[in-house]
Amino acid sequence: MSRIQKRFEWLQSKSEKALVAFITAGDPDLATTQELFSVIEESGADIIELGVPFSDPLADGPVIQAASQRSLKSGTTLKKIIQLVSDIRKSSQLPIVLMTSFNPVFVYGQEAFVKDAVEAGVDGVIIPDLPPEEAGEFDALAKTRNLDMIHLLAPTSTPDRIEMVGAKSRGFIYYVSLTGVTGTRDSLAPGVEEKVTRIKQATALPVLIGFGISGPEQAKAASECSDGVIVGSAIVRMIEETPDPAERKEKLKVFVRSVKQSLQARK
Amino acid sequence: MSTPTLPDRSGHFGEFGGKFVIETLMPALQELEKLYNEARNDPEFQKQLKFYLEHYVGRPSPLYFAENLTRQLGGAKIYLKREDLNHTGAHKINNTIGSALLTQRMGKKRVIAETGAGQHGVATATAAALFDLECDVFMGEEDIRRQALNVFRMKLLGARVIPVSSGTRTLKDATSEAIRNWITTVEDTHYIIGSVVGPHPFPMIVRDFQRIIGDETKQQIQEAEGRLPDALVACVGGGSNSMGLFYPFAEDKEVKMIGVEAAGHGIETGKHGASLGHGAVGILHGMKSYLLFDADGQITEAHSISAGLDYPGVGAEHSHFKDSKRAEYASITDQEALEGFKLLSRSEGIIPALESSHAIAQVAKVAPKMKKSEVVVICLSGRGDKDVNQVADFLGEEV
Repeated sequence: MSRIQKRFEWLQSKSEKALVAFITAGDPDLATTQELFSVIEESGADIIELGVPFSDPLADGPVIQAASQRSLKSGTTLKKIIQLVSDIRKSSQLPIVLMTSFNPVFVYGQEAFVKDAVEAGVDGVIIPDLPPEEAGEFDALAKTRNLDMIHLLAPTSTPDRIEMVGAKSRGFIYYVSLTGVTGTRDSLAPGVEEKVTRIKQATALPVLIGFGISGPEQAKAASECSDGVIVGSAIVRMIEETPDPAERKEKLKVFVRSVKQSLQARK
Repeated sequence: MSTPTLPDRSGHFGEFGGKFVIETLMPALQELEKLYNEARNDPEFQKQLKFYLEHYVGRPSPLYFAENLTRQLGGAKIYLKREDLNHTGAHKINNTIGSALLTQRMGKKRVIAETGAGQHGVATATAAALFDLECDVFMGEEDIRRQALNVFRMKLLGARVIPVSSGTRTLKDATSEAIRNWITTVEDTHYIIGSVVGPHPFPMIVRDFQRIIGDETKQQIQEAEGRLPDALVACVGGGSNSMGLFYPFAEDKEVKMIGVEAAGHGIETGKHGASLGHGAVGILHGMKSYLLFDADGQITEAHSISAGLDYPGVGAEHSHFKDSKRAEYASITDQEALEGFKLLSRSEGIIPALESSHAIAQVAKVAPKMKKSEVVVICLSGRGDKDVNQVADFLGEEV
């Protein structure tokens, strides 16, 4: 059983919802990412999603775009991120998912990437610009090595696509809560509950809600109908706005805990 | 070769093209494809398109025998396909009129576009004014500086010009930002993409709206010469004017096709825009195609004196033409393009766009080596008024 699957079973046994915490790897450098990984893990996150920086991330809003730029400036590459995962694996068994645009993976070589990522201890990948229609080759490679390919669904997804994506995705389904790019929003987009309910009818996989989740209140609201949430920009912004390392760790700890607690409260 | 049937049902031109976009856009692309196929086969839509192309754009554009230039170069007979004479001064409007009509058909009220030189932005703003659509144009800050006149034209036409300050602040980033905006507004907005790039079905739609360049040329050259030309030459940024000219000739094997990319400061300096000649296959802006990127897959900056060629990618069908050897691709430096700019201005009294000047410069290289009985057609994709200030700066002249 994969680490991701195990984690969801464990969460279910405790009647908790999942918190996936996103940080851009290498923002502002990889040593910081390794430190923050531990802080986030200790604060109760269930899965950590490491963003691979790209020069032209089309699905990202300004906060994560800027993080990508900072990371690239410090010399982060996909190869170094895979190395970082293998370093982290020496002391952690938390599920790790990479989120990346397709070009860095394509240029790395799909087969080599899958092999290296899995050997380093990566459990899943999210490649927003690689929908199932284009993912045939990658998906076949990932399957043979039990690397979960996590696909996205969106408010615009039609019933046909919900069926198709539901069947192709592995690990969980990433439901993009709003028609837009990553970034925090003041409130949860309308219609989320209806759509997620539909998706859950079409697939047995856990369905997690991401894009626009800014804190505990929205996380709690989103988790009512889903299996958990993905929080990205809110964390990345906190890292950006808190240059002092000690203060940054403390703030992050408090924030991640507060979001996780909102997912533990029983209905 | 089976070009006329491409893209295939999944939107690929051989290995290239496809739909590399986030799920949010997939349904819109599928809907667009369906709607476009209906429109394409609807005589009423075609009639409407023909009406606006004739009476508003001013088509057909002339195929002009450049006698002075021919004499001066002393080789092949040179014809100019005069897209510079279209309303708004470039070929871009062929696509924006068609796409605005599609927007109306979809019942959407707003369009967005990206622009480099500003020609596509102006053409989109024009079509939006004509068909009463709200219009936002994304433009890199660097290009806004280089193309101030076109920025003002767009504003006069009622469009909003949205400065893009991310990345290299040029066409690449304007395209990324337009796609991000489309991800956010897809339910009521149509994206009028400016070239044969992006996810399927855009490369097909833009090609189909631009093929009128080649369709007319085929007929006009038959009337003038009683035969097909020996070579077609056109500049390639994203590649829409060249694809428009080339596509109808794809099956005419005797017609050589030469696309001309920007060599910028010189290929050896690394500061150029020659994705086909000196790039590699990758994924950007929803398509698999030849691109410029570094060893880690990060897209690199393109360089060209002409904003319209300053793009680190190229249309997927051109990548297919390259690999299948149906077309060949050359490159011309900034300096050579300036010489082409001056050459056509002096010899024919036609000031070409800096983009088109690359094609002129290429012909200046190859025409003298060709026989006098041979025939070359250059796509004069746009007029050079927009570039006059920049060229004066470059030549160190006060305006």
